[in-house]
Amino acid sequence: MSESIRALCMPKWGLSMKEGTVAAWLMDEGDEVSPGDEVMDVETEKISSAVESPDGGVLRRRVAEEGETLPVGAILGVLADEDASDADIDAFVEEFQANYVPPADDEEDTGTATEVVEVSGRSIRYLKRGQDGVPVILVHGFGGDLNNWLFNHEALAAKRAVYALDLPGHGSSDKDVGEGSVAALAGVLAGFLDALGIDKAHFVGHSLGGAIVLKTAIDHPGKTASLTLIGSAGLGPDINDSYLSGFISAERRKDLKPHVEQLFSDPALVTRQLINDLLAFKRIDGVQAALETIKAAFAPDGCQALIMRDEIEKLDIPILVVWGSGDQIIPVSHSEGLPSSLRVEVMGGQGHMVQMEAASEINKLIDDLIG
Amino acid sequence: MARTISYQQAIGEALDQEMARDETVVIMGEDVAGGAGSPGEDDAWGGVLGVTKGLYGKYGDRVMDTPITESAFIGAAVGAATAGLRPVAELMFIDFMGVCFDQIFNQAAKFRYMFGGKAETPVVIRTMYGAGFRAAAQHSQCLYPVFTHIPGLKVVTPATPYDAKGLLIQSIRDNDPVIFCEHKALYTIEGDVPEEAYAIPFGEANVTREGDDVSIVTLGRMVHVAEEAATALEKDGISCEIVDLRTTSPMDEDTIIETVENTGRLVVLDESNPRCSIATDVAALVSQEAFSALKAPIRMVTAPHVPVPFADNLEDLYIPDSGQVQQAVRTVMGKD
Amino acid sequence: MQLSKDELLRAYRMMKSIREFEERLHVEFATGEIPGFVHLYAGEEASATGVCMHLDDRDKIASNHRGHGHSIAKGCDIDAMMAEIYGKATGLCAGKGGSMHIADLGKGMMGANGIVGGGPPLVCGAALAAKQLGTGGVAVAFFGDGASNQGTTMESLNLASVWNLPAIFVVENNGYAEATSSKYSVACDDAADRASAFNMPGVVVDGHDFFAVYEAAGEAVRRAREDSAPTLIEVKINRYYGHFEGDAQTYRGKDEVKILRETKDCLDKFRDKVTSASLLEKGELDAVDADVAQIIDDSVDRAKAADKPPVSELMTDVYISY
Repeated sequence: MSESIRALCMPKWGLSMKEGTVAAWLMDEGDEVSPGDEVMDVETEKISSAVESPDGGVLRRRVAEEGETLPVGAILGVLADEDASDADIDAFVEEFQANYVPPADDEEDTGTATEVVEVSGRSIRYLKRGQDGVPVILVHGFGGDLNNWLFNHEALAAKRAVYALDLPGHGSSDKDVGEGSVAALAGVLAGFLDALGIDKAHFVGHSLGGAIVLKTAIDHPGKTASLTLIGSAGLGPDINDSYLSGFISAERRKDLKPHVEQLFSDPALVTRQLINDLLAFKRIDGVQAALETIKAAFAPDGCQALIMRDEIEKLDIPILVVWGSGDQIIPVSHSEGLPSSLRVEVMGGQGHMVQMEAASEINKLIDDLIG
Repeated sequence: MARTISYQQAIGEALDQEMARDETVVIMGEDVAGGAGSPGEDDAWGGVLGVTKGLYGKYGDRVMDTPITESAFIGAAVGAATAGLRPVAELMFIDFMGVCFDQIFNQAAKFRYMFGGKAETPVVIRTMYGAGFRAAAQHSQCLYPVFTHIPGLKVVTPATPYDAKGLLIQSIRDNDPVIFCEHKALYTIEGDVPEEAYAIPFGEANVTREGDDVSIVTLGRMVHVAEEAATALEKDGISCEIVDLRTTSPMDEDTIIETVENTGRLVVLDESNPRCSIATDVAALVSQEAFSALKAPIRMVTAPHVPVPFADNLEDLYIPDSGQVQQAVRTVMGKD
Repeated sequence: MQLSKDELLRAYRMMKSIREFEERLHVEFATGEIPGFVHLYAGEEASATGVCMHLDDRDKIASNHRGHGHSIAKGCDIDAMMAEIYGKATGLCAGKGGSMHIADLGKGMMGANGIVGGGPPLVCGAALAAKQLGTGGVAVAFFGDGASNQGTTMESLNLASVWNLPAIFVVENNGYAEATSSKYSVACDDAADRASAFNMPGVVVDGHDFFAVYEAAGEAVRRAREDSAPTLIEVKINRYYGHFEGDAQTYRGKDEVKILRETKDCLDKFRDKVTSASLLEKGELDAVDADVAQIIDDSVDRAKAADKPPVSELMTDVYISY
C-alpha cells in the first residue's frame, strides 16, 4: 500500500459542531491539490465554509457525495500520488471506514471544554487548545465571542498553546464591563494573563479586540511577543455607527439580520442558527447594558474615541495588520499609511469577518509572523 | 453558560430568578408549596408535578397555598396586580378555567381598556394543558384558543426548555395579563438552557427547521411531532419548514406569511379541538394575506371534535401524530 | 364617636353630593341622552359615606354596578364621573367604561363592576398587596344582597379569613336583587349570619343612620389595619330607584318608595340629629346643599358640552405593549 494515501476528513469547526453537510465539491477526481486549496463547501447548522486541504497531492477519490451529511472526522475524500492503484485506494477507504468512530454525543472529554478564570472579581470564560511555546491569545470583537475563532483556533494550536477568551459582557463571561472602555478591557486582558501565569503572548485581535490588544501591547510591551490586528479598531476615527446601534437595538430576527449581514462578504453565511445564537446572547440579562456601555465608551459620538496610530510606531515588536478590502464596519483605509515596519495585508473581496471567510490565509499569515 | 435541564426545571428556575430579582413577584395556587397547615413538610408537593418545589423554602410567605377556590384566588391575583404586586398564580389545569374565567376575561383582560388606560394588571396565570396522560376529558384539554380570542390577554405556549424559561421571565416582566400554558407532557423533555436570566420577546415565532417544500406552523408539544414527521418526510425528499409560534397572542403573523411565501404550501398542526382553534386562525390569516403564494389548499391537522377519551388506545388516536402530519404534507404536495 | 365639625360637614357633603348626583342622573337619563345602563344609589348614601370616611389614599375599594356612590365617597372627581357616564372623552375612563366600569385606581377606586360578585376576589388581592407591601392599607368590597349569594363572594370570605387579610366586606342589603326579594333568595335571615361560617365577625347595621354605619365601619377598619383580620358588615338599606334606570319597579309595594323617602331618608336623619344636638346649624347645611347643587349642575353642563372620544380611541389601551 502506498504510504502517500491520505484521508481528507470532515473538520471540526467550533465547539458544538457534530456534523456537516457536503454542499458542493469544488475539485474533481484527478485534480492536483496544493495545501490550503479549497476542495469542498460544507454547511453546518451554524456556518458554511470551505474545507481546505491540509496536504498536497492528487484528489484520487471523492468519497462523500454532495448533499450527504457526515459526522466530524468522517472521510470526505482521498489524496494520493498519481501512481497509487485504485485497488489500494479502495482498500484504504475500506480500512478507514472500518476503524472510524464518530464523535460521542456528549463530547467534552477530548479536552476541548471551556474553562473559567476569575480576573479582578469577574469570571472570564476561555478555551485553550494546544500546548507549549509562547501562547497566542485570540481576542474577539464587539458582540462576538470565542467562537468567532472557530476556523483559526485549532489550526494555530498545531504548534503552540492558543487561548481564546470571551470579553466581559460577551459569551459566557461576566456581564459587568465596568467602564467598558478599550483601556478598561485591555486591563482585563492583562489581568487574564496574570491569572493564568502567562508572562508573554502573541496577541491576535479582531475589530474592537484589535484595539484592545493594541492597547495592551502599548501598556505592557514586555508582555507582548507580537501583534496581529484584523479589521481592527483603534487605527482611525471611522466606524459604522449604525451597525453598532442596530446590533444593540435589534430584538427580533428580522431586525438583526440586515445588520449582521454587513459583517460578511457573503451574506449567505448569515444562517438562521447564527442569528438565533446572537439573539439568545443579546437576551441574557445584563448584555444590553454591557453593549451600550462599551459602545458609549468606544464611539461616543459616532467616531472611535481612542486612536493609537502614533503609539503603534513606537512598538518594537513584529506587527501584522490584515484587512478585508470590502470591510463595511471599519474601513480598509485605516490600514494605510502605517509604519513600514508593519506587515500589512489587504485581502481583496473580503469583508469584516475576514478571519472566518479567509481562514486558511489568515492562519498562514499569523503562523508566518509568529514563526 | 448553557447546560441541559428539563422544561420543568427551566420553569422553576425562571420563577426562582424573578422572585430573587423582584420582591413584588409572588406565587399563589393550589399546593404550590403543598403542605400548608398539614402536619408534615411545609412544601411537600411544590406543585402537583413538582415545578415550584423549593420556592417556599426560599421565599416563605411569598409562596402561598390556596384553598380550592379558583375564582377567589385568581381574582385575588388580578386585584393584587392592580395594587402593586406581580403575582404568578397557578391555575392547576387549564380545564379549570371554567370556575374562574370571569376574573380572567372580564376583569383582568379589560381593566386597562375599560378604565381608559389607567390600569396596569401585571398578572401571570401559569396553567397546564394537553393530552397524553390518560387524565381524561376534564384534565387534558388545549384551551389556549379560548384565551387567545380575548382582547387584553397575552397567551404563551413554549415548546422547549429554553423557550419556557425565557418566555416565563418575559411574562413576569410584562405589564399585561399573561396566560402561560405549559404542556404537561413536555415537563420531562430536556434541552440547553443558559444559567443566566434572559427574556424572549412575545410575537416572535421560531423557525426550528428550514425547508423549501411545505411549511408546518405549529405550537407546544406539536412542534416535536412536526419534527418527527419532517425527519421521516426528508427520506422521501420532501423538505419541511417548521415554525413554532411560541405565543398565540401576540402572534408572529410576519413569519407565518414569510414561510408560506417561501414554500407555497401550509399544514397547520394544533393539538386543540378543530372549531375556533389556532389552526383555523392561522389558516384564515394565510388565506386572507398570502393567498397568491399558495400552490395548494391549506391542510389543518388537529384533534377531533370530541372530548379527550380515557382508554389509552382512544387517547392515542385523539392526539395528532407524526403519521397524520406526514399524510397532510403529502396531500398538500399532491403526493397522496 | 365624636366627629369634629369639619368631619360632620364632610360627611354631609359626601352624602348630599351622592344624592344630588343620582337624582340629577335620574332626570337626565329620562331624556334619552345618556347611553347604556345606569344603576342609581339614591337612598343608600349613608353606607358608602359611613365606610369611606375612615379610608385614606392607602386604601382600596371595589364596587358593583351601583357604583356612583362609592366612587364619590372615595373621592373620585365628580365632573369626570359625569362625563364618563355621558360617554365623553373627558370622562374618568376616557369614555371607554361608562357607568358600570367607572374607576380611578389613583384614588384607590378599583372599579364599578358589571359582574355580580366580581369585586370581592379583587379586594382580597388588594388586601394581600397591602399586607405584602406593608402599606398599612385596607381594602373594602361593596356588594349587594344578590352578590352575597355568589360563589365568588363566599370564596373571598373564606380566603380573606384563611389568609388573614385586611379586608372589609360590606353587604348593602337593599332587599332586592334586581327584581327578586332577598327574603326569597338569601337562605339566612341576615347575610351577616354567614360571617361566622367564615370565622369573622358579622355586624348588622341600620343603613339609614350614618352614625351607626360610621361606628361599625370604624371598628372593621381598625380590625383590618391593626389585626389584619376581615369583617363582614351587613348594611340594611333601601334604594329609591329601580335596579336600573327604566325599571318600572312593579315588584315593589304600593307607596313603598314614598314612605321610605318620608320616614327613613338618611340625609333627613343626619340633618335632624346634628341640628338638634347643635353640632351644626341649619344654615351651614343649607349652604352645602346649594354648593353641591351648583357643582352637580356644572358637571352636567360640562359633560353635555364635552366631546365624545376620538375614533382612534377604539384601538388604544387594550395592552400596555403588544
